[in-house]
Amino acid sequence: MSDNSLPASASLRRKSPGVARWLPLAKSIGWASLSIGLFVAFWEFAWWRGWANPLLLPPPHIFLANLTEQFRFFDPNGERIGALSTGGSFLSVLGVIGWSSLRVFLGLLIGFVASVIVGVAIRYFGIFGKLTLPLITMLAPISPVAWLPVAIFVFGIGNPPAIFLVFISIFFVMVLATLAQIDAVPRHYIQLARVMGASKRQIFLRVILPAILPGLFVTLRMNLFGAWMVVLIAEAVGVGSGLGQVTMMARNTFNASLVFFTMTLIGLTGFLFDQALRLIQRKVLWWIQPSNIGAL
Amino acid sequence: MLGLSITNVSKVWNPDGPDPVPAVTNLTLDVKPGEFVVLLGPSGCGKSSLLYIVAGLEEATSGTVTFDGLPVKEPSPERSLIFQEAALFPWLSVRDNVGFGLSIKGGQPGARTEKVDKLLRMVGLGGAGDKRPDELSGGMRQRAALARALAMDPKVLLMDEPFAALDIQTRARMQDHLLAIWQASGASVLLVTHSIDEALALADRIVVFTARPGQIKAEITIDTPRPRDLRGPEMIDLARRCEALLAEEVTKAFQEQELL
Repeated sequence: MSDNSLPASASLRRKSPGVARWLPLAKSIGWASLSIGLFVAFWEFAWWRGWANPLLLPPPHIFLANLTEQFRFFDPNGERIGALSTGGSFLSVLGVIGWSSLRVFLGLLIGFVASVIVGVAIRYFGIFGKLTLPLITMLAPISPVAWLPVAIFVFGIGNPPAIFLVFISIFFVMVLATLAQIDAVPRHYIQLARVMGASKRQIFLRVILPAILPGLFVTLRMNLFGAWMVVLIAEAVGVGSGLGQVTMMARNTFNASLVFFTMTLIGLTGFLFDQALRLIQRKVLWWIQPSNIGAL
Repeated sequence: MLGLSITNVSKVWNPDGPDPVPAVTNLTLDVKPGEFVVLLGPSGCGKSSLLYIVAGLEEATSGTVTFDGLPVKEPSPERSLIFQEAALFPWLSVRDNVGFGLSIKGGQPGARTEKVDKLLRMVGLGGAGDKRPDELSGGMRQRAALARALAMDPKVLLMDEPFAALDIQTRARMQDHLLAIWQASGASVLLVTHSIDEALALADRIVVFTARPGQIKAEITIDTPRPRDLRGPEMIDLARRCEALLAEEVTKAFQEQELL
């Protein structure tokens, strides 16, 4: 009762929490700008002094100069291996980014859901676990790049091999993470649920699942960048579109400006993906403190 | 027969392994409805094992446990359990934690909320229903755990060193709280502790355990009305008696550990 009876003082204090919330954000944006700005400045300085050959290491003011010229190389029209596109607009760049992002997103989604299901099945059904766990443990350390030929043999070229590779890059790790998370659920949680009359199904849905999700999400986020690397390799080799394809084409045509422009796009997209996952984590898995999220 | 009956119960951990550990041996104990029984003993003497068996979470190696005449085979909401740490689910608000068992049971959400709010007020957490468990202090969390147990209308509360993690001041407040709730609810309580003062403040009957494997060494009935003056001559005498009984067992437990 006494907690709710202070409306006057609460409204007086309302202003400062708002400022307190924005100030750290402004600060972190400031530091981020400074961090990137110093790097760019150093690069430009190296060019100005003649240390960096503009053909090999063109500084940002060069590779960002003629954007429409760069845009020509981005062909969003799906799955054909080709050079110059019919596109050439900002939209076609977004289209290319969209294709790569879609592959990463689908691979992560399928991988996350499948690995949690398999991990839970291993712990819940003894025989299934005995049959699959040795295999999974053996396959887990194989690099996704080694799966690349397999992906092309099985799926040909196009979206499926790229999605498959992203899937492979997180599946085994996430199965093992699911097992570790299940084993780490406090025994008392389960005992209490049993005492309160919960069935096996209820214990799983209402105790084990919420208890393991935060840890799994952290694992997912840590594997996000790995997924991005894999999708670029897949696109460079087996898929006719996407940021990886543009990078490979830029290499083949000795277009250093395009390489760095694409790298900038990849960096930005990866950053936005990570931010989106953080946001999901904060909204859906709200019981984990924001400070804990920031640390990971 | 009403109440809890523990007859010739033994529990061996890891019975088929190379190193079986007898936790409880041939133990017989009755708890009448509404009675407050405290199990007092050195740590690792099998008190907690006994509590788990009574809860139905572990099976006795031999012997029987019956509750209101029926054999105990599995956990049941009528035998609620409270641990040393509150073990509230961090993904639920305090209110949803307290109402967890009720929501498992089903029934009208409206009636459920009403009951939960009543319980929260009863344990002094009336304003904290919407908070997250990690926003509460240790004592508040343990009170929420108590409310969660009470929500199931238990006939017996099984408490495994429920206040051991709290500071001494909070602990005393919680003991008073528990007594009030116990008297209001009419449930019996089986509480494990190694604190003599806690046992004296709370118990109708103190059951002193031997070192492992746990057996009953002595039973002390206390008729003194509560609240009790632990500094008074009568309680001091009882405390000395308990201390003497425990001291022998603690020595034995130490010797055994050194032999191992």
